[in-house]
Amino acid sequence: MITLKVNGVSYGVDVPDEMPILWVLRDVLGLTGTKFGCAAAQCGACMVHLDGDGIRSCVTPVARAADREIVTIEGLNDAIGRSVQAAWEEVDVPQCGYCQSGQIMAATILLRENPAPTDDDINHAMSGNICRCGTYKRIRAAIHLAAKT
Amino acid sequence: MMEEILNFNRREFFRSSAILTTGLLVPFYSFGGKKFETAPDPSTLAPNSYLRIGTDGHVKVLLSRCELGQGIWTALPMLIAEELDADWRRVSAEHAPAAIEYYHTMYDTQRTGGSTSVVSEFDRYRKAGATARYLLVQAAAARYKTDMASCRTENGVVLVGGRKIAYGDLVQDAAKLTPPTDVPLKDPSAWKLIGKSTKRLDTPDKCNGKAIFGLDVRQPDALVAAVARNLIEGSKVKSYDREKALAIPGVKEVVPIPQGVAVLADNFWTARRGRDALNVQWDLGEYASLSSEGIWADYRSRADKGGIVAVEAGDVDKTLASAAKVVSVEYYQPFIAHAPMEPLNATVRLGSSKCEVWTGTQTQTDDQNAAAEITGLPKEQVFIHTVFLGGSFGRRNITRSDFVREAVEVAKASGKTVKTVWTREDDIQGGRYRPAFLHRFKVGLDKEGRPIAWKQVSVGQSVMTGGPFEKVAVINGVDQYSIEGMQQAVHVKALENKKIEVNTTVLPIGIDNWRAVGLSHTIFAMESLSDEMAHAAGKDPLDYRLMLYRDEPRLAGVLSLVKEKSGWGKTMPKGRGLGVAAFKGMGSFAALVADVTVNGKELKVHKFTCVVDCGIAVNPDGILAQVESSVGHGLSATLYSEVTLKDGKVLQHNFYDYKSLRIEEMPEVEIHIVPSREKPGGIGEAAVGQVMPAVTNAIYAATGKRIRSLPVYSNL
Repeated sequence: MITLKVNGVSYGVDVPDEMPILWVLRDVLGLTGTKFGCAAAQCGACMVHLDGDGIRSCVTPVARAADREIVTIEGLNDAIGRSVQAAWEEVDVPQCGYCQSGQIMAATILLRENPAPTDDDINHAMSGNICRCGTYKRIRAAIHLAAKT
Repeated sequence: MMEEILNFNRREFFRSSAILTTGLLVPFYSFGGKKFETAPDPSTLAPNSYLRIGTDGHVKVLLSRCELGQGIWTALPMLIAEELDADWRRVSAEHAPAAIEYYHTMYDTQRTGGSTSVVSEFDRYRKAGATARYLLVQAAAARYKTDMASCRTENGVVLVGGRKIAYGDLVQDAAKLTPPTDVPLKDPSAWKLIGKSTKRLDTPDKCNGKAIFGLDVRQPDALVAAVARNLIEGSKVKSYDREKALAIPGVKEVVPIPQGVAVLADNFWTARRGRDALNVQWDLGEYASLSSEGIWADYRSRADKGGIVAVEAGDVDKTLASAAKVVSVEYYQPFIAHAPMEPLNATVRLGSSKCEVWTGTQTQTDDQNAAAEITGLPKEQVFIHTVFLGGSFGRRNITRSDFVREAVEVAKASGKTVKTVWTREDDIQGGRYRPAFLHRFKVGLDKEGRPIAWKQVSVGQSVMTGGPFEKVAVINGVDQYSIEGMQQAVHVKALENKKIEVNTTVLPIGIDNWRAVGLSHTIFAMESLSDEMAHAAGKDPLDYRLMLYRDEPRLAGVLSLVKEKSGWGKTMPKGRGLGVAAFKGMGSFAALVADVTVNGKELKVHKFTCVVDCGIAVNPDGILAQVESSVGHGLSATLYSEVTLKDGKVLQHNFYDYKSLRIEEMPEVEIHIVPSREKPGGIGEAAVGQVMPAVTNAIYAATGKRIRSLPVYSNL
């Protein structure tokens, strides 16, 4: 039994240590906002925050999160996270929307570490998040907008 | 193209429809007195199948089309809200069930595709809204004993004299009235919503994790399945280790199905481990040595031999012999996968009298038919619950409902409610690709550089054969989508001497619709060729096209505007160049200019300037988004996408070797929408095919290197 804290709620989960956090969140806890895209740390759709760091939950064993704090898109409610979501809505970023949980989680980390990112900073921080619809132009615009708010 | 194809066999194709003077289709389904197959909530006003108004005034729009990113969740409600004079803040959308009243007005099936959603629903959804408005006004007029002409509507209320009556207050009265069979529509000059950039209704839930995609569907009794399948059609399972899979804790079942072997478990991670443990051995039969190299060699030899004549006029060989110049070129485009962000999946609950399917699909009727065929249930007892599609690009618009069919097979074989989930590797290696194509040309030019003779052989698989559109799309053995838009191009149509042949190949690799279908490869060939013709003629490539396409005024129009907006003709630094591509498709016209720098094997795409003319722009910001997406998604295909085979196996696996554009590679995109009162054209696929030749033409302008095979990074 592993104890996890997700979005402020504690859960005991009886799963193998090596099961990736992604599948514990989605298939065990029913938190489906975090997405499966590649299972190979390539696309960023699965990004969550573990003790405030952005991690690829598809390749991170659940044992590594024991007694630590996970925040998913469903629980993203700090000021920066909210400003990112508001900017995403203002710019109307999503198309299919499937990658956007991961994009928002990545953008939130960027803005926490760098309140006024340049285009290059955005490239560097967001390069790991694929959007097949190609909403990158709006992702960039929304990050700049969130930085101003 | 679809329009032109439809004209071939209209009677067979339509259930019953008529063409208005505007050219828009009037649906068969009447709005008055129809018995609904999907019973509405009795407390709502339900004058037709497309909307419900609650006593609280809330307007719910039922979508005949699915939301896969293209924005139909917003555009169709806008059409209803416009004619209803609804309060836009109280409008919401949901996917309609699978039912005949949601069949496509142009296809005899419930289907999303061909960039036709706004095009085909422009009248039906406006009429649906106008019908509801009529009933609400009639109810208000009756209540206050006045005539309808003295009532007005705006923003969810009826204005009678000095009174404002909310729609919700009129719902119960209006529900007792008989809907009119026909209602007038607003004059476009009165539109308040159509033509105004409107925020997407699905954005908030796509930013907070609440939006439900197929993969997010959770049925309490469902197991999760991973299926071992093989790309090569007709391949057979030789052996597998059932016990090894069952030995993994959490694996519940291992069942053979026609597609392969399914492993069922409590969760996907376990199911996938179980599948890996199966160690399935496949018999690929005669295709065990199938390779890309072999396929291309075969395609070249087929091009030498020619094919079935699709169009022929005059004496092309004689005219070629007398031409001042002959441009002799061929273009290669590989198999490409769609790679939507959400891996394929479907959830199926199969009972003795009904089958329920939850999935993100574009083909509800085909899915019903597939499930009915497998289960033996009547089609009406197959219920398709459409949820958001995490991308598609055509992958969820599949001729034979492959992923739904497979999930139903697993449910049937296991007797369990099941969610099948594909891995990314399954997706990249799972076929239904955009077919590989070879287009070979010999074009004769006169002394002024104008084409006088056109000889073409196109070689590739037929997308439409075996599918629901075969009867209309495959004409005398030629799939019109193999040469989509080519013989119809204005400069080809006008030629007196031409011969276009198509050699249709048969391979055991499933192919299907990929965004823009045939145009996804024909525009690269056509617009690379126009560039090469211009250079052979010693003309500026954009001015040459203006000459070539002058009799297609809207195409010439977007070209002229993109010339102005892109700064065409300016002096560029060494290694930097502009390339143009313009084409008509999906009822729209798009001209794109790419601005690139080439440094050895490195390419930087700085900017795309895009001009689109898609007729009436229902939601302009939605159109901008689709053109941005065309550039982003199209650029992935241009630069990277390629599925290759060796020994009957796909060599690519995941995003590390089937690469996708990333944010640092996204160019600046400047878009201009031509103001128009023409009927709406499609936009989701109208500017994709141009991306590829715009880039390669720009590379030529920058370096003098002509790229005739895609993707760019394999050929730079």
